[in-house]
Amino acid sequence: MSPGAPRGGRFDTRLEARRRAGIRFMWLCRLAVAFGVASLVVLLVSLAADGLPALSFEFLTSYPSRFPERAGIRSAILGSAWMLALVAVMSFPLGVGAALYLEEYAPTNRFTTLLKTNIANLASVPSIVYGILGLAVFVRFLALERSLLAGAATLSLLVLPIVNIAAREAIRAVPDSLREAAYALGATRWQAIRHHVLPAAMPGILSGTILGLSRAGGETAPLLIIGALTFIAFDPLSPMDPFTALPIQIFNWTTDPRGEFHALAAGAIVVLLGVLLMMNAAAILIRNRFER
Amino acid sequence: MRKSEPGSASRHTRVGERLIGALLFASGALSIVATVGIVVVLLTESLGFFAEVSPVEFLAGTRWSPDLVPRSFGILPLVNGTFLVAAGAALIALPVGLATAIYLSEFASIRTKRTVKPALEILAGIPTVVYGYFAVILVTPVLRTLFPGVGVFNAASAAIVVGIMILPMVSSLSEDALSAVPGSLREAAYGVGATRFEVATRIVVPAGLPGIAASFILAISRAIAETIVVTLAAGATPGMTLDLLQSVQTMTAYIVQVSLGDAPSGSIEYRTLFAVGLLLFLITLALNLLSQRMTTRFRESFR
Repeated sequence: MSPGAPRGGRFDTRLEARRRAGIRFMWLCRLAVAFGVASLVVLLVSLAADGLPALSFEFLTSYPSRFPERAGIRSAILGSAWMLALVAVMSFPLGVGAALYLEEYAPTNRFTTLLKTNIANLASVPSIVYGILGLAVFVRFLALERSLLAGAATLSLLVLPIVNIAAREAIRAVPDSLREAAYALGATRWQAIRHHVLPAAMPGILSGTILGLSRAGGETAPLLIIGALTFIAFDPLSPMDPFTALPIQIFNWTTDPRGEFHALAAGAIVVLLGVLLMMNAAAILIRNRFER
Repeated sequence: MRKSEPGSASRHTRVGERLIGALLFASGALSIVATVGIVVVLLTESLGFFAEVSPVEFLAGTRWSPDLVPRSFGILPLVNGTFLVAAGAALIALPVGLATAIYLSEFASIRTKRTVKPALEILAGIPTVVYGYFAVILVTPVLRTLFPGVGVFNAASAAIVVGIMILPMVSSLSEDALSAVPGSLREAAYGVGATRFEVATRIVVPAGLPGIAASFILAISRAIAETIVVTLAAGATPGMTLDLLQSVQTMTAYIVQVSLGDAPSGSIEYRTLFAVGLLLFLITLALNLLSQRMTTRFRESFR
C-alpha cells in the first residue's frame, strides 16, 4: 500500500506523491505489455532468420530424409491437407447440426442444460486426453491403426465444441423476425432454417469453423499419442493410409540432436504459421463482412 | 432460446421434417457420447492398472519407475514435475498478464489497444509445437550461458515458455473482467478525489477479482495440461526436485513417452498411460469447474 492513499476515513492530500506512485505503476504495466509484445517479436524474427533460408522448392516437394540437405515437407504438407479436409468434413456437419438442435429445436429442460454444460466442459478438456481417447477407441478398438482417419476423428472430437459454440452464437444472432416471417408464409421449421436461418448465420458459422480448423492444423499432442510420429516418405492417397503432418514433422526435427535439422524445423514452422495465419485472417475477414 | 414456433396446423409436415429433427438431435447427443467415451476409456483401463497397483502406492509413492525393475508406480514425481513447471509459468504469466490487462483496460489509448491486442491474439494462436521449438532452440541455450551447469533439459526453459504461452489467456480474460466493472464505480472514486492509479488498484481490480481469479485458474489448468513444450524442453527425468534448473518429467510428458514407445494393449505400461491420464483429466476438470463457478459469481455480482 502506498502511504499517500485515502484510508480509514482520513483523507491524504499529498497529491504529488500519489501521482508519482501512479506514474511508477503505469510504467510497470507498460513493461508488462512490452514483455508480451517483445516475446512475439523475438519469436517471429528468430523464426524468419532461421526458417526463411530453409525454404525452397525442393524443401516443399521432398520427402523427409536422414540427410538434412535432402529432407523436405512434402508428405507433411499433404498429410496436414488431408487432415484438415477430413476434420472439416466430420466436424462441420456435426458441430452445426448440434448447434441447430440446441438453438432451434431443443426444449428448455434439464437435458438441454446438461448438453450445453457438457459441451462447455469438453471445450476445456486437455488435447492430450483426446489423444488418449483416440488411441483407445479409434486406433485400437475400431482398429483404424495409425491412419489419417484415426487422426482426423480424434482431432474432430477436439474441435467439435469450438465449431459448435461458434455456430450457436451465429444462429442465436439471427433475428426472430426472419423465422416468424417464414412461418407466416407457411414454411415448416426445417424450411425456415434451411432457407433463412442458415444463410443468415453462415458467415459466423464459417468463421468459427475455420478457427476450429486452424486449431486442428496446429495440434501435435493428440497425434503423437495416437502414434503418428513415424517416417513417411510417400504420399498419403486414402484416409486409411498412415501419415505425418506439419506439427509432427516440426516436433521430430526439433528433437533431433543434429543442429542442421533445427533449420528445417524453422522452415516447416514458417510454412505452418503462414497457413494458420492465413486461415485466421480469412476467418476475421468473413466475420467483419458479416458484421457490416 | 427460440421464441417463435411454426404453426401447428401446417399441412406441409413431412416425414423428412421429423427425420431432420432426429438427425440434429443425434449430433447434439454426440457430445454426451464423447464425454462418456472419455470417462469410460480412462476408467476401464485405469481399473486394470489399479488391480495390479494399489491406489495408495500410486497416489502417495515418491518413486516413479514403471519399466526398471524393481518397478515402482508412485506418481508424486510426475505431479511434482507438472506443478513445478506450472508454478514457474504462473510466476511469469499471472503478474505480467494482470498488469497487461490493467494497462489495456485502464490506461491505454485506443491506438495502443489496437496494436497490442492483435499481437497478443497472434501469440495465443501460435501452436504449442512452435513454442516447444522456441524453448529448445532459443531459451535453453540462453539459460545455459547464464547458468553454467544447466542441462540440455531443464524445467526453467519449459516454465518460461509455457508462461509466455498462457500469458495472452490471462491478459485477455482478466481484461474482460476489468472492463465489465461498471463505469459508475470508477466515477464515484474519481468523484471523491482518487487518482487513476488508485481507481485502478483500489476499485477496479478488487471489483474484478473473481473474474481475474477465474482467468488465473484457467491459465494454470492450461499449463498443467501443456504437453509439447514440456516434452521437448523439460526432459524425461521423474524426480522430487524443486530445482528449476534440473530436468523433470511431467504427467503429460510421461504419457507422450509411453505412447511413443509402442506399449502393447493390456500391458501395465499401456495402462499407466490411462491412470496418469485420468489423474490429469480430474485435476484439469476440477480447476475448470472452479474457474466457471467464479465467472458465474462474478457475472451475478454486477447484475
